[in-house]
Amino acid sequence: MEAESGERGAALLDVRGLTKIFGALKACDNVDLTIGTGQIHALLGENGAGKSTFVKMLFGSLQPNGGEIRWKGRRVAIASPGEARRLGIGMVFQHFSLFEALTAAENIALSLGNDTPIAAIAAKAQALSYSYGLPLDPYSLVGDLSVGERQRIEIIRCLLQTPDLIILDEPTSVLTPQEAEKLFETLERLRSEGKSILYISHRLEEVKRLCDGATVLRHGRVVGHCDPRQETAASLARMMVGNDVAAVVRPPVDREGDRPPLLEIRNLSRTPATPFSIPLRNVDLSVRAGEVVGIAGVAGNGQGELFEAISGEARQDDAGTVRLRGRDAGRLGISGRRELGAAFVPEERLGHGAAPRMTLSENLLLSRYKTDGKALLGGLGTIRRSALAAAAKRIVERMDVRKSGEDPEAAALSGGNLQKFIVGRELDRQPAVMVINQPTWGVDAGAAARIRQALIELARNGSAVLVISQDLDELFEISDFIAVMHNGELSKPLPVAEASYEKIGLLMGGAAPEGAPHSVEAA
Amino acid sequence: MRIELVRRPQHSILFSALSPFIALALTLVFGAILFALLGKNPAATMYVFFIEPLTQMWSLHELALKAAPLIMIGVGLSVCYLSNNWNIGAEGQFTIGAIAGSILPVVYPQFQNAFTLPLMLLMGMAGGALYAAIPAFLKVKFNTNEILTSLMLVYVAGLFLDWMVRGPWRDPQGHGFPQTIQFSDAATLPEIFPQSGNANWGIVIAIAAALVLWFVLGRTLKGFEVKVIGESPRAGRFAGFSAARMVFFSFIISGALAGLAGICEVAGNVNQLQPVISPGYGFTAIIVAFLGRLNPLGIVAAGLVLGLSYLGGEAAQVALGVSDKAARVFQGMLLFFVLASDTLILYQIRLVRSRKAAGEGAVAGHA
Repeated sequence: MEAESGERGAALLDVRGLTKIFGALKACDNVDLTIGTGQIHALLGENGAGKSTFVKMLFGSLQPNGGEIRWKGRRVAIASPGEARRLGIGMVFQHFSLFEALTAAENIALSLGNDTPIAAIAAKAQALSYSYGLPLDPYSLVGDLSVGERQRIEIIRCLLQTPDLIILDEPTSVLTPQEAEKLFETLERLRSEGKSILYISHRLEEVKRLCDGATVLRHGRVVGHCDPRQETAASLARMMVGNDVAAVVRPPVDREGDRPPLLEIRNLSRTPATPFSIPLRNVDLSVRAGEVVGIAGVAGNGQGELFEAISGEARQDDAGTVRLRGRDAGRLGISGRRELGAAFVPEERLGHGAAPRMTLSENLLLSRYKTDGKALLGGLGTIRRSALAAAAKRIVERMDVRKSGEDPEAAALSGGNLQKFIVGRELDRQPAVMVINQPTWGVDAGAAARIRQALIELARNGSAVLVISQDLDELFEISDFIAVMHNGELSKPLPVAEASYEKIGLLMGGAAPEGAPHSVEAA
Repeated sequence: MRIELVRRPQHSILFSALSPFIALALTLVFGAILFALLGKNPAATMYVFFIEPLTQMWSLHELALKAAPLIMIGVGLSVCYLSNNWNIGAEGQFTIGAIAGSILPVVYPQFQNAFTLPLMLLMGMAGGALYAAIPAFLKVKFNTNEILTSLMLVYVAGLFLDWMVRGPWRDPQGHGFPQTIQFSDAATLPEIFPQSGNANWGIVIAIAAALVLWFVLGRTLKGFEVKVIGESPRAGRFAGFSAARMVFFSFIISGALAGLAGICEVAGNVNQLQPVISPGYGFTAIIVAFLGRLNPLGIVAAGLVLGLSYLGGEAAQVALGVSDKAARVFQGMLLFFVLASDTLILYQIRLVRSRKAAGEGAVAGHA
């Protein structure tokens, strides 16, 4: 295929041997990639495979150490994002760069950086958005928009520059299945108009459905080019990961016997702490011993707020709102709730679940000093370093945490390894209630499987496990019940056997549960 | 063209350890240049400034006298700065501590027994702690900036002292001078070796305070709490530590130590209250805390260095006619170089050519 593309010459983008080195790490090592006009090309790879580094070089925000970029047959050096846009390369980022306090049109105007009046921009943006089936009110405040709508602004902003190549970085990670379907239609429409798209993803099914070609990266190197339509999801996964990933086993829940609810949330409401955070509205949930309950939802629908309310980082006025092991915990702080047997793993690893500049053993103390005070602390509140080191070592071995040095700083670990340590830190306590937010976000497939299996085992050994995740595949893999969070409200949990991607997707989009069957027909 | 600071991917451990020494060396070099520009022989000036005070027993005693308050205040401030609370008002807490501790010897001069001095020290600590609690309260309750409030309270304290010694507490037999009565012997902090010089037990108290805080910060859960909250407030909240309580804790500890330094200075050195009782110890201690890398043992060493700069400044004024402000210039340069070296350990400097259109800058901000 490479020889072929070399002769074709008409390729829109032809990248040869692109290399980027950070210190001792080759983030991109001799990467080749070719995209023809009117093609959707996938860039596949696990987190840390070098996808982001590669596209940052294409978009001019990073400069390569070696290799060449040919654009429309001509060799180019892309010195800045402005340069990239002049050439006709546009990019939609995974993390949006929008000002919440401004309107959609104002945000677009900011990025254009010329004197076009806002009204003209708004009219143009609106016309464009309707013609591509991405309806957008240019005068709405970004802070009031859903994540999917914000992504539309980014896409429209990109299209206004009339690029020939659009780079999309994990666009569906923030969308419901239905919103993603809409996006695919738009992308197919763009392809039919002769635009090319570089589509970055780790979701294999959508790549198979959408893309004409794919390049798979692993550890910064190209492991293969392929036609995803000819591959199976399993063969693509093997290319990405390098070996087969152990499947997660979910034994059936013991239906017999007494399974008391260990975590109960009753009519939990929370006013927003900041102008742009989500209020919680009358959340009810109960997680019984032995089961895993998953909470699905598009990012930013109150999951973080719910986590804080359950963990006790935000307390409730009414003690009965949150109950742990049958006891009122609403007015307790996080330490008090830990002492009742609960354990928590927040979404953010560095700076929330762990202090970046502190060592692993110190980070062990962070969440365990209260529950394991006898083992870890001496008289006068002194820290027993040897006990701490031994406990940290135990966790590192059990969770297979890869690290350099005996007791490195948390920030020195890769995201996946730090997550294994943080999850292991809580599992090591054998908590009766485990609440975990985005358990495997950014974690490689092998480690993710390990974490998921550990959560299932914890539940089957008699604990209650609550998993908040944006990854539907993950929730279907490990949950016994799935509830959906939308705009601060939580749906009734569905037994996983009765749940489907479509049902959950509709709930994620805010459809009322009663209306679900009708909406399915409508969609 | 603009200058950007870019975070280094890794920082050198070697240079982290060397940074206080690099800062000291640069201060000496620029100090020498300064003296050369003033028409003094730099070598001779440096000798008078930094070497001569170390060659005589009496001046070593003086050094201990000057270093004691700097160390006491500095170790207290390290608790604040490690926990990300910016107490700039130690000078005011020092002053209020001195006033509170002087209540016994000034208002109840007949109260003379073995408890007099310990009570004075405790009252000094209480005064400093309460005064420091004001900016802490304002920060917790109203989210005010503690840098501003603590700094402004320095001037309130200074004026309050001025009014006290000119008004209610003025010595009636003092010929109208603005000062209180002399403290009795029972209210005086004794000298350690009266035969060889006049250093008092303040330096011992200072080193003891440094040792205690070194132990607390390095070995106990409380010290861990201080560092977690300072480094990563959200992780601190996740750990179950209260940031609000830490504001009070750190301000009260540092206020108490500044107040202790104040009453020690008055009871050991000045022996009465005057309009001015400190050559800026509370501010210089900020430099001491950072030069000592916020480590109590490092602060003991840094306190001695800065104490020497006060002493050298006096010596240079007498011997060479250099302005007594030279010492302050040295201290200022030292703080500048300490902060600059620390910044350069974490960041590197990058020059960015300005872009033609402002819009492109905004897009570059994407990445």
